[in-house]
Amino acid sequence: MPMLLAIELAYWQETAIKVAVMAVLVPTTALILGIVFLFKMMSWMQSRMGPQEAGPRGLLQLLADGVKFLQKEDIIPDAADRFVFKAAPIVVLVSTFLTYVVVPAGPDLVIENLPTGIFFAMAVSSLSVIGVLMAGWASSNKYALMGGLRAAGQLIAYELPLVLAVTGVVIQVGSLSMQDIVWAQATGEIFGWGGIGLPLILTQILAFFVFMAAVQAELAQPPFDMPIAETEVVGGYHIEYTGFRFLFFFLGEFATAFAFAAIAATLFLGGWYVPGIPPDSVWANVVGPIALFVKIMFVSFLIFWFRFTYPRFREDQLQTFAWKYLIPLSLVNITVTGIVVVAF
Amino acid sequence: MPKVPGMVKGLGVTFKTMVDTLKPSGGPVTVPYPHVKEEPTARARGVIALHEDNCTACMLCSRECPDWCIYIEAHKTLAPPRRAGGKPRQVNALDRFAIDYSLCMYCGICVEVCPFDALFWSPEYEFSEVRIADLLHEKERLGEWMQTVPEFEPYEAGSEAKPKKVPAYDPR
Amino acid sequence: MTLTESQQLAYVAAQAADARVNLQFETDDGMTLNIGPQHPATHGTLRIIVRLDGEQVVRAEPYPGYMHRGYEKLCEVRTYPQVTTLVNRIDWLGSFANEVPFILAAEKLMDIEAPPRAQVIRTILFELSRMANVSLFLGDLGIQLGGITIGFYAFRDREFVLNQIESATGGRFHPNFDRIGGLKDDLPKGWIAETKRCMERMRTFCDQFETLVLGNEIFQARTRGIGVIPPDVARSYGLTGANIRGSGVDWDLRRDSVPPGLSYDKADWKVHTHPDGDSFARTWVRLQEVRESTLIVDQLLDAIPSGPVMAKVPRIIKVPEGEAYVATENPLGEMGYYVVSKGDLVPFRVKIRSASFNNISIVPWVTRGVFVPDMVTILASLYFILGDIDR
Repeated sequence: MPMLLAIELAYWQETAIKVAVMAVLVPTTALILGIVFLFKMMSWMQSRMGPQEAGPRGLLQLLADGVKFLQKEDIIPDAADRFVFKAAPIVVLVSTFLTYVVVPAGPDLVIENLPTGIFFAMAVSSLSVIGVLMAGWASSNKYALMGGLRAAGQLIAYELPLVLAVTGVVIQVGSLSMQDIVWAQATGEIFGWGGIGLPLILTQILAFFVFMAAVQAELAQPPFDMPIAETEVVGGYHIEYTGFRFLFFFLGEFATAFAFAAIAATLFLGGWYVPGIPPDSVWANVVGPIALFVKIMFVSFLIFWFRFTYPRFREDQLQTFAWKYLIPLSLVNITVTGIVVVAF
Repeated sequence: MPKVPGMVKGLGVTFKTMVDTLKPSGGPVTVPYPHVKEEPTARARGVIALHEDNCTACMLCSRECPDWCIYIEAHKTLAPPRRAGGKPRQVNALDRFAIDYSLCMYCGICVEVCPFDALFWSPEYEFSEVRIADLLHEKERLGEWMQTVPEFEPYEAGSEAKPKKVPAYDPR
Repeated sequence: MTLTESQQLAYVAAQAADARVNLQFETDDGMTLNIGPQHPATHGTLRIIVRLDGEQVVRAEPYPGYMHRGYEKLCEVRTYPQVTTLVNRIDWLGSFANEVPFILAAEKLMDIEAPPRAQVIRTILFELSRMANVSLFLGDLGIQLGGITIGFYAFRDREFVLNQIESATGGRFHPNFDRIGGLKDDLPKGWIAETKRCMERMRTFCDQFETLVLGNEIFQARTRGIGVIPPDVARSYGLTGANIRGSGVDWDLRRDSVPPGLSYDKADWKVHTHPDGDSFARTWVRLQEVRESTLIVDQLLDAIPSGPVMAKVPRIIKVPEGEAYVATENPLGEMGYYVVSKGDLVPFRVKIRSASFNNISIVPWVTRGVFVPDMVTILASLYFILGDIDR
């Protein structure tokens, strides 16, 4: 950041800029995902044309929907625990915001290059469980309670394969820092050929699969959407939320999808690195965000493609899937990676 | 050859549909309604049109209507004789003919029972109103629908039915 | 608004009945969940009161009646031609199929038979309405299980069937096309060729459904072994249609006792059964039924004889004294009309035996001990239409 701006900024100025960037970035990413995938791609997959009225080719539909949510009455059930009810969406949103902090978009474009970056991302992303559980409990609604408990069980169960899948990458790279992981991929070589670096998806394909499955569950997207399954628990923990509080959940869901796609792109697809552009050049700071965005869109496409194709699991089948398949698979991956790293 | 898992094949179905929708030759199956309208078939039961000249106020439609939403009022009057020198004929003059579309079930029994071909189906469907009372169409409005009545379609091979004629629309 | 005394009494009685139901379920320990009257899984206003132990269903009681429209009574004050417009609305997804048994019962009483051309066209339209109905069921099952895309495919391809029904009858949902002694009108030109194209389309839809849903491992995990109904239980609860065929009982009114007035014997087709009796079996049977229906329609389209579509029927229909029960194999199962006539313009009594009412009567039995998501699967695979339950 200082190199790019070429001026020394006071700590508070730097922080203010970072906060402003985040405040703009997070809702924008949610909007982009919502429009491109939820509205347009889903419509095309269902032989429809999607929204057409708001803006050119209906591209502003989600913005219009957001404004509509803001206009709606803010309803809080009589029997609800008012403070917890109000706090829950904010907790979910905070966890989403914090996840963005460590994702690098270029050699110098990162909000905070923590040495334990990926560990931090995993940790804060699991904060949302608390928000979801708070929402489910405070709504004083049976469906919300069921949805909240389902969500809690599911998110905790899938935290484990998520972390274990990342561990494989971390062992191979030897660092928890997201920047180091990208550098390792940029400077890596495939049997002596360094043309495209070494995207870790080639060596960690198993981890990528586990990571994507766990992400799908973390985001509560079909086939793992029981917490909000509208035909069973009618929206689950956000059944009682209206207006801007519901908008928070919505933003949280899609912004988290973007964040996880960014993490997946960084861990497995090389992040901001573009083959042909040296990672230490200034150009990498310009092309980097674009490359990262393209990779994120690819990963998000996968996430949403699964979402629109599959029916959902049952709660116990989901747990079975996590404990009997994903976790052993990721353990095998860690073992193999560890042996290979130590042996060579 | 190993069996392709059903989940992978399912992904193929949705992806192919997306490609089909985006291809110029395929395209979506939906149309953006107020800008593009789908043409209903000629037989579609949209709204009932009244050809007033044919109506003799015989009340058959009104009686046969399952929810009694047709209102007819008429008085007897003398019409000039058909032949010169004949007696004046006694006919029913139509004072009021109204269909309450807020009650109508669009079953078509009135059109079917009309012995003098005064009622016709029109496929026109855009006559929604803000106020429910405005759905009561009086005979002037019902007469205007006559211009939207399409010609009867010819029948499929092997049929013995003859298509009827739609009378010309005369604006009053 | 002032209520009469009897209205007030009825209101108080209804309130008391509701309170009794609630009390009965609230005083036990554990959790009571009201699924419905407004819940996405009940596609309509069916109320199921569920006693839960965690997410496990201890007891589920369906409380139908929120959409009762009193058709049996309304039929007593409508002339015979008017009744068809009413009964259209019973099973609103396959409306034409509702008219047929009533018309056949009236024809039986009057001793009239429709001309052969009318019989064949009637059968074709009957099968088209079956396709419109069951294909939407298949899509709805996907929606209930969380796969919304197949729901849109179902709506998309059902539209082609509805277009065919509309271009022949004039009504997409409420055809009101069947008449005592034949049909209201003959087919328009080009209808046969267009319907054949539509049948191709439906077969493609069936293939898509098979790949996207039936072949999907998640779907199989959700439906196989869930909601198993053994054949004897299915019989004792009076299940009909695909539900009983899914339990392995080879029973189809279209083949076993087709009433005069429908010409299923002109086509070569077979009845599909599945031995498992679970949700998957019911879905599979329904899918095969749609396939078989397209084949029936294809064959009958080639076999339409020429001739009139209406027999000689008096202009004012008075049905002679007597009683008749005619049942047909409707999309949801056996649908029968028991018509009693006193020789009047209106029927004296019409008893409607609709399939869904019996089909959901098994819900308390089959949902014992299942989880809430499984209950949704079972409800979706039993397939009911609210109008068909409450009438």
